[in-house]
Amino acid sequence: MISPEEIKTTLEKALPEATIAVQDLTGGGDHFQVVVVSSSFEGKGLVDQHQMVYGALRESLGNERIHALSLKTYTPEQWQRIGS
Amino acid sequence: MPDDVLAKIEEKVKNNKVMLYMKGNPDFPQCGFSAHTVEILRSYGVPFETEDVLANPEIRDGVKRYSNWPTIPQVYINGKFVGGCDILHELHERGELAPMLKEAFEK
Repeated sequence: MISPEEIKTTLEKALPEATIAVQDLTGGGDHFQVVVVSSSFEGKGLVDQHQMVYGALRESLGNERIHALSLKTYTPEQWQRIGS
Repeated sequence: MPDDVLAKIEEKVKNNKVMLYMKGNPDFPQCGFSAHTVEILRSYGVPFETEDVLANPEIRDGVKRYSNWPTIPQVYINGKFVGGCDILHELHERGELAPMLKEAFEK
């Protein structure tokens, strides 16, 4: 098990300028939805963007503290377009 | 031998236009993410090959090393790693998946 706060803190360390939202989907502490908005994603493909997030969570994914992670990544510009 | 496993994966990835490493099989997926990935691929009506990583722990571990990607499912199109469930979903929504598949099957 892992808390949404711990995931958020881990990601904030790896991507300091990012806006991050973590939701525990089942309340069980192992299925999460993560949304990351970061200017560091600009000019990168989706695989690279997700790699950056996975890289930070590698340990928790590897030992299955996180069983399932649904991930969405956006650049600030893309995020604004979705919101408006 | 780990290298054998990577070679086996490489062969499948290169010899199938669309290769999906998943949990379970297309008719009986063992995970929601794998199920959704199958659903997306099937909506295009293209043939795709799958391998059940639950039946083979060496492949399950090997495919993660092969693509440097920590999760299953994994989709490969035209010999290239495309992503997992979330990315496939995103490409599908953006309309970018159709041209990728079209290109793969025109070759």
